[in-house]
Amino acid sequence: MSAATPLPADRPAFAATGRTPLLSVRGVKTFYGNIIALKGVDLDVNEGEIVTLIGANGAGKSTLMMTIFGNPRAREGSITYAGRDITRMPTHEIARLNLAQSPEGRRIFPRMTVYENLQMGAAVNGGAHFAQDLERVCALFPRLKERLHQRGGTMSGGEQQMLAIARALMSRPRLLLLDEPSLGLAPLVVKQIFSVIKDLNERDGMTVFLVEQNAYHALKLAHRGYVMVTGTITMSGTGRQLLDDPSVKAAYLEGGRH
Amino acid sequence: MSAPAPALAAAPAARPALDLQAILKDALLFALVTFGLCVPVVAYRTDLSSTSALDLTPRWGLVAILCGLVFLARLAQRLILASRDARRALTPSPRQATEAVDATPNAAQSVSRFGLPLFLGVALTFPLLAALGTGGLSESRYWIDLGILILTYVMLGWGLNIVVGLAGLLDLGYVAFYAVGAYSYALLSTTFGLSFWICLPLAGLFAALWGMILGFPVLRLRGDYLAIVTLAFGEIIRLVLINWSDFSGGAAGISSIPRITFFGLPFTADEDGFAASLGIPFSPMHRVVFLYYLILVLALITNLVTLRLRRLPIGRAWEALREDEIACRSLGINTTNTKLTAFALGAMFGGFAGSFFAVRQSFVSPESFNFLESAIILAIVVLGGMGSQIGVAIAAVAMVGGPELLRNLDFLKPVFGEHFDPNEYRLLLFGLAMVVMMIWRPRGLISERSPSVVLKERKAISGSLVKEGHG
Repeated sequence: MSAATPLPADRPAFAATGRTPLLSVRGVKTFYGNIIALKGVDLDVNEGEIVTLIGANGAGKSTLMMTIFGNPRAREGSITYAGRDITRMPTHEIARLNLAQSPEGRRIFPRMTVYENLQMGAAVNGGAHFAQDLERVCALFPRLKERLHQRGGTMSGGEQQMLAIARALMSRPRLLLLDEPSLGLAPLVVKQIFSVIKDLNERDGMTVFLVEQNAYHALKLAHRGYVMVTGTITMSGTGRQLLDDPSVKAAYLEGGRH
Repeated sequence: MSAPAPALAAAPAARPALDLQAILKDALLFALVTFGLCVPVVAYRTDLSSTSALDLTPRWGLVAILCGLVFLARLAQRLILASRDARRALTPSPRQATEAVDATPNAAQSVSRFGLPLFLGVALTFPLLAALGTGGLSESRYWIDLGILILTYVMLGWGLNIVVGLAGLLDLGYVAFYAVGAYSYALLSTTFGLSFWICLPLAGLFAALWGMILGFPVLRLRGDYLAIVTLAFGEIIRLVLINWSDFSGGAAGISSIPRITFFGLPFTADEDGFAASLGIPFSPMHRVVFLYYLILVLALITNLVTLRLRRLPIGRAWEALREDEIACRSLGINTTNTKLTAFALGAMFGGFAGSFFAVRQSFVSPESFNFLESAIILAIVVLGGMGSQIGVAIAAVAMVGGPELLRNLDFLKPVFGEHFDPNEYRLLLFGLAMVVMMIWRPRGLISERSPSVVLKERKAISGSLVKEGHG
């Protein structure tokens, strides 16, 4: 029998520890015009965890990610981060709460150099420990160090993804939100990026919320996972549990061991 | 920067043969289309005969010349393009996928490294050069006036460059701030008798204020919508100036605005004038030369401030805003403030230029601030290459100085007949130049964005390592 429990609609899944979660999403509904994209999402991310959210195209994964950042804004429900209600906060103020995001499609600044992109990442803290952080991300991604003065848009997709993550790291986030870091990348690069995420979590104790299509890798990496189907969380459990769940296997993992 | 692989370079046999027949056919087609266009437009001219009837004067010779020119131009273009394509086919450019953003500096950028000191040198010594070239200070008046005009547009271009080039906010109503600056000086000096040197900063402040006022309602707009609203804003300011006669003098404008003084010394032949105080003979050219250097200094200040700001967080935020507003916001940049400062600063420099305009003309009227002015300033920024300071300067010289040169095209009279007036063709050539630019340099003269930070151990990265574009 699978250990993953299908979620009753009225009872959100809390982590076993019972701590107050670092990020908690409660009953969030988001609309694009009149079209509902998130139909009341409940989700928790605890300090020190890697939590992944998997789901098919158009399930609302990225919408949830963007809603946490206030763009688009949740029409109902609440989002709490480190004890503060951030549901109605402007995006740029949310970014100043030690919450960093590597958005879908990377969204690096293509005409600016890698160095300038990283400077923008450090804009939140005014570049107070810029040199130190630069060294750190260069150690994590040696490829970026080689390319500090190259324009972001001229780099390969994998390098741009590394830059997007590195840029997010420049603000020294407590919680890192990653939207599909493996999108369109070669398996080897995906492996590299996932091992960096693991490192960040284990060595620096960074909390990571990972939205992924690449369910196998993501669930293997994550402590806990959520499955989203058309704007609702349908399942949650530890990464292992979800990996072994037959319905998850059928929907997201068939032939997907790559 | 990557050298072509020797094996490829040594294989000219692989070069595809030029398809001459197709090229000739294409050029003939172009000539035919030209002929078709010429028949209703050029082939007959209507003249009033002595009996007040309309006479048709056939001009088939001219039509033939035009068709021939188009034929040759198209032929040359196709041949040049064909040989270039053949060359490219042999050595694939490492920047094929990423032409707009490639890492290696292009030719124009390398030129600008030498061009910059040259440009500045010419600008600084221009009155002297003009005087030497024409054989006297008074004779050089036309050229120095032209220099002032060009520099005014250079300054306006640099000012608008902050808004359009750096922050990426398409502003079609920039002339409104020029007008605010001009009327600020005109009204303050004629009503309160304030001197230019007090009004100059005030004009900048007022214009910046209006920049913010425009900024607030358009914060949520982008691209086309922003362009339309700013366009309307420019027109509103002009219409208010025309219709609010009590305040602005209406369509008649404001005349006899006090002229510039040398920090208090008027440029007059009087005892306490500039020339008498210095003990040199009076010449009306002193004022013109002073105006030239004044606008040069103002323009250079605009440039220096922009260059300095680009290295500061606010300048980086502008550029990041141009690249990606959403990413900007999720990095903690307050896009509202960023946009407003861009509008305000751009407008401030427009205001400075406006008050200079007023003191130079000593007359302002709403006619000087129509949409065409905005369009010219924007064209300067776009043609120069958005965000490139030197590109904007070159474009201003070409856009403002170029049409002036056309006045001297009288030598073409034997070709086109005695009635040929080169001035009538200015806008035509202007448009032609635009079309040519859009074909050959669609991203502006200097399309390369130079990084705001360059560390010493800069390492050239071979373009061949670049694999993918925007991804």
